[in-house]
Amino acid sequence: MFDTILIANRGEIACRVIDTCRRLGVRTVAVHSDVDAQARHVEMADVAVSLGGASPAESYLRGDAIIAAAQATGAQAIHPGYGFLSENPEFVDAVEAAGLVFIGPSASAIRAMGLKDAAKALMAEAGVPVVPGYQGVDQSPELLAKEAEAIGYPVLIKAVAGGGGKGMRLVEAPKGFADALASAQSEAKTAFGNPHVLIEKYITSPRHIEVQVFGDGETAVHLFERDCSLQRRHQKVIEEAPAPGMTPEMRDAMGHAAVRAAEAIGYKGAGTVEFIVDGADGLRPDGFWFMEMNTRLQVEHPVTEAITGVDLVEWQLRVAAGEPLPCVQGDLTITGHSFEARLYAEDVPAGFLPATGRLAHLAFPKAARADTGVRTGDVISPHYDPMIAKVIVHGSSRAVALRKLRQALAETQVAGTVTNLAFLGALARHEGFSVGDVDTGLIGRDLAALTDVPDLAPAVTAQAVLALVGLDRAPQPLDGFALWAPVAQELAVAFGEDILGCLITTRGPGEIDVAVNGQIVAARYGANGWRFDGQPGAAVFVEDGVATVFGDPTTVLRRVDPLDVEAGAGASGDLIEAPMPGLVRQVFVSAGATVAKGDRLAILEAMKMEHSLLAARDGVVAEVMAQAGSQVEAGAVLIRLEEEEI
Amino acid sequence: MKLRSQAIASSEQFKANIAAHEDALRVVREAADLAAAGGGERSRERHVSRGKMLPRDRVANLLDPGSPFLEVGAVAAHGLYDGAAPAAGVIAGIGRVMGRQVMVVCNDATVKGGTYYPMTVKKHLRAQEIAEENHLPCIYLVDSGGANLPQQDEVFPDRDHFGRIFYNQARMSAKGIAQIAVVMGSCTAGGAYVPAMSDVTIIVKEQGTIFLAGPPLVKAATGEVVTAEDLGGGDVHTRLSGVADYLAEDDGHALALARRAVGSLGAGLTSGLRQPAEDPAYDPDEIFGVVPGDLRTPYDIREVIARVVDGSYFDEFKPRFGETLVTGFAHVDGWPVGIIANNGVLFSEAAQKGAHFVELCSQRKIPLVFLQNITGFMVGRKYENEGIARHGAKMVTAVACTSVPKITMLVGGSFGAGNYGMAGRAYQPRFLWTWPNSRISVMGGEQAAGVLATVKRDAMEKRGESWSVEDEAAFKKPTVDMFEEQAHPLYASARLWDDGIVDPRKTRSVLSLSLEAALNAPIGDTRFGVFRM
Repeated sequence: MFDTILIANRGEIACRVIDTCRRLGVRTVAVHSDVDAQARHVEMADVAVSLGGASPAESYLRGDAIIAAAQATGAQAIHPGYGFLSENPEFVDAVEAAGLVFIGPSASAIRAMGLKDAAKALMAEAGVPVVPGYQGVDQSPELLAKEAEAIGYPVLIKAVAGGGGKGMRLVEAPKGFADALASAQSEAKTAFGNPHVLIEKYITSPRHIEVQVFGDGETAVHLFERDCSLQRRHQKVIEEAPAPGMTPEMRDAMGHAAVRAAEAIGYKGAGTVEFIVDGADGLRPDGFWFMEMNTRLQVEHPVTEAITGVDLVEWQLRVAAGEPLPCVQGDLTITGHSFEARLYAEDVPAGFLPATGRLAHLAFPKAARADTGVRTGDVISPHYDPMIAKVIVHGSSRAVALRKLRQALAETQVAGTVTNLAFLGALARHEGFSVGDVDTGLIGRDLAALTDVPDLAPAVTAQAVLALVGLDRAPQPLDGFALWAPVAQELAVAFGEDILGCLITTRGPGEIDVAVNGQIVAARYGANGWRFDGQPGAAVFVEDGVATVFGDPTTVLRRVDPLDVEAGAGASGDLIEAPMPGLVRQVFVSAGATVAKGDRLAILEAMKMEHSLLAARDGVVAEVMAQAGSQVEAGAVLIRLEEEEI
Repeated sequence: MKLRSQAIASSEQFKANIAAHEDALRVVREAADLAAAGGGERSRERHVSRGKMLPRDRVANLLDPGSPFLEVGAVAAHGLYDGAAPAAGVIAGIGRVMGRQVMVVCNDATVKGGTYYPMTVKKHLRAQEIAEENHLPCIYLVDSGGANLPQQDEVFPDRDHFGRIFYNQARMSAKGIAQIAVVMGSCTAGGAYVPAMSDVTIIVKEQGTIFLAGPPLVKAATGEVVTAEDLGGGDVHTRLSGVADYLAEDDGHALALARRAVGSLGAGLTSGLRQPAEDPAYDPDEIFGVVPGDLRTPYDIREVIARVVDGSYFDEFKPRFGETLVTGFAHVDGWPVGIIANNGVLFSEAAQKGAHFVELCSQRKIPLVFLQNITGFMVGRKYENEGIARHGAKMVTAVACTSVPKITMLVGGSFGAGNYGMAGRAYQPRFLWTWPNSRISVMGGEQAAGVLATVKRDAMEKRGESWSVEDEAAFKKPTVDMFEEQAHPLYASARLWDDGIVDPRKTRSVLSLSLEAALNAPIGDTRFGVFRM
């Protein structure tokens, strides 16, 4: 076993690798970019080496600097994690040339799988099923019909030069083939000037099922499958193992195919063979086809670890250190079911845009495994992937595990940045997903329902209000004291674009009524803290006038600060006057010019200083009364804006 | 020592007491509700329709959410001016702003345009006096047309009239007691000096106005025609005249600016050592049951003390001497206090003990709480001859001269010279609160009528005339009735002889807030006058 290894990565995967290293007594060297100098993986590692600038090209992709860091710190091996340099064969060559061990497959194995078409051909040769199709130069209708028959209906006819759906036809049965082909060819000719088409198997209900393999360079074992069908635009969202509806026969067939694939290229280390599976009529041992092989540890590897009890990183280290495979296929079994949800800083309503921000608060439920590279106070920066964590659960059955997933997501607390937590929660409650009825189109079909923002419950607003004004503490004897009628304060809070008017009436210690848009929520304090209309309150985090009420869904409410209005601005901003006697140096605008608040309109020189005269509001210049070089008195009108229309 | 209550909550007497107190409280609550409603539905609607917050909402939104509000003079002017000035047209009280106790004075423009009646002036000055004595920053929420002209002779010329408001502002500012004004409506004539004399002034745009003479008077005087806004609106005063410092968009914004201004004052000073508070061992709500409904029924004042002080712990001083005056040390909501409470008529020993105890507390700088229920000093030859006036004078001297804060709670009768020895209004307690069952007058109505009747009978008999019993009763009745009316706490509170009537069950909270306020000001050394030994 190695004494010291370097982890050429950042974030959760670097932390996850360090965890195993610690358990094995292996020293760890972290590398980091400038912005990551205080990152969690740097804190966890025994030694840290700075690589340079924030962008990956200046830091995590600098293979030479990483190898130099390994040599300088006495590391014998480099773990690449995923992404960055993990599937870069030149880097593998360089690592080995430097006398170090690359914890992963050989450069040749990476190259073999790097080119998708070549990989497919290689796999077909090795007896691994690939998606059937025809892409030949012979375009005679008879031959094409025959090929379609061989592929098996339904089939897709696609223009070779195509794109955007032009020249594409779905054919359900042989009798429609001739007509569909003719129209596809003519459309392709019109659109692309090339009538050539290809024919592919059409998979009605495609599922993404992948098999985890592990090789020692000669032989390989598989650690069963993962279902990653819940995807949004090819981004995996929730993964699980084993795949729902999987039969022993199919698992066996897929496992064997994956092992064949790995052994065909002399695979060493952890890898994943991805298949497309037709889930239209349940899973059949002949209904899966090779897509590609990922020659690295996958993001979603923890679900496999959860059901097999194997620490895949430990295996990576041991095999890279020259040990044999830790066990044979027969030793591997599946226990229970596991899910992984990927928690991202992203703005779901805005179309899943990556978000940034400081994680003002971050906490995960103890009952779940949370692989994360960030802590409370860390910043999700625009430089890297906005993943916050992977939340992983394991249960004795799929139903149990799914309940645990829902609970874990409801108990995950993130404040300070928007996240996809509510979306994950909605997905975990999705009816089809709940019964294991998944395919890669599920999210796309039901996106509207999955991203629907549920109505805000008044009790949630009441909780936020109490927290925002600091009354969520334990009551004090004089709270709300009044000789006669109780005193009530108004507070406006914003929920997205909506403004809610709230009235806080403190009737006495532990007795507060919060009216939310007129609907009264009774907040009462008891032995177990505050209750809202009898229901226990959720955890709330408050910072800078923003309350994050955790739960399912997590709700963010912002206090509308009455000081946020600027009285007087714009009210009398029509005239730009000389603040004191002086010389007009320059005038930057002429009549008709559109100006924005704060624009510099002219410069007045007075008392040995140059004074910029700014537009007090947005508007249009009506008149310019001052010329450069003229001497003006205090209060002289230099520029007049057109009156505002109200 | 932990006090042990003898009360039996299930007894008929206990229940009858509760009923009597609830009746007395109901009368006061109705008066308080009436006062809180201000100038009536129509003027409130008109006020709100102008985009203005109602005065009580202004006060509430100035305060921290959940803040206690210790209102002063809540039923001022009750029954005066034919009921034209509920709460005397001004709201005053102590609340917390940015965690700090402040005095809020808020004009109620729904009451005769917020103009100043004599009681309005008196209440405003009393609020300032409390602020000055206790070093509380003042926030004036101004919306007033100035002096009520028909009442000008009772409002303008004398020492404690309108001008005193600005005198107080200047003096308090000099002492470092912040003066903050928020102009939320008119601020005319003399009223213009409230914002002008303040350290910091906020004005609401197109709503607040400040001028010495309004547009009508300007036109009459010089012929100049000008709008109120151009004459003294928010824009003018924050941009041209400098009379105000901040321009606010509306009431809410103005109050937020005022809160920010208080936030910049820094923390206040607390001169007392507060210890962790402990609830009384006996429920304060039982005060209704343990205090007889009839003032003439004697009871042990320790039953009240046990329901007011922390843990019902009372370290009684000199318990075996002058037993009609109960003295001792305790804590109220964590604040250390010396309690002086009546348990019957004052005798010479009791007065000496009282003077002794005041000296002790003055030495130790412990605030004094007086639980006043006193029919007077004992009368009669024996007592006059032994010099009860001399001993009474000792107690009065001690109470008058002590520098420690005094807080008086009128829990029963307040008659005659007993009022002086027990820190009545003239002895300048920091606060004087009364219970709904309390009565205050120079002597009892029956006694007063009796004195007058005796004088008259003596005169008639000297002239050889006779006076029937019926005639004497008819003669006495108006006096008895007059005393009855004038001794009532509502009559007293309407005239601001006290700072307000309180629900007896809230005594502990009222004392705690009063003590907290009092301890904002440092306690000086005491120098007593000559004690007649």
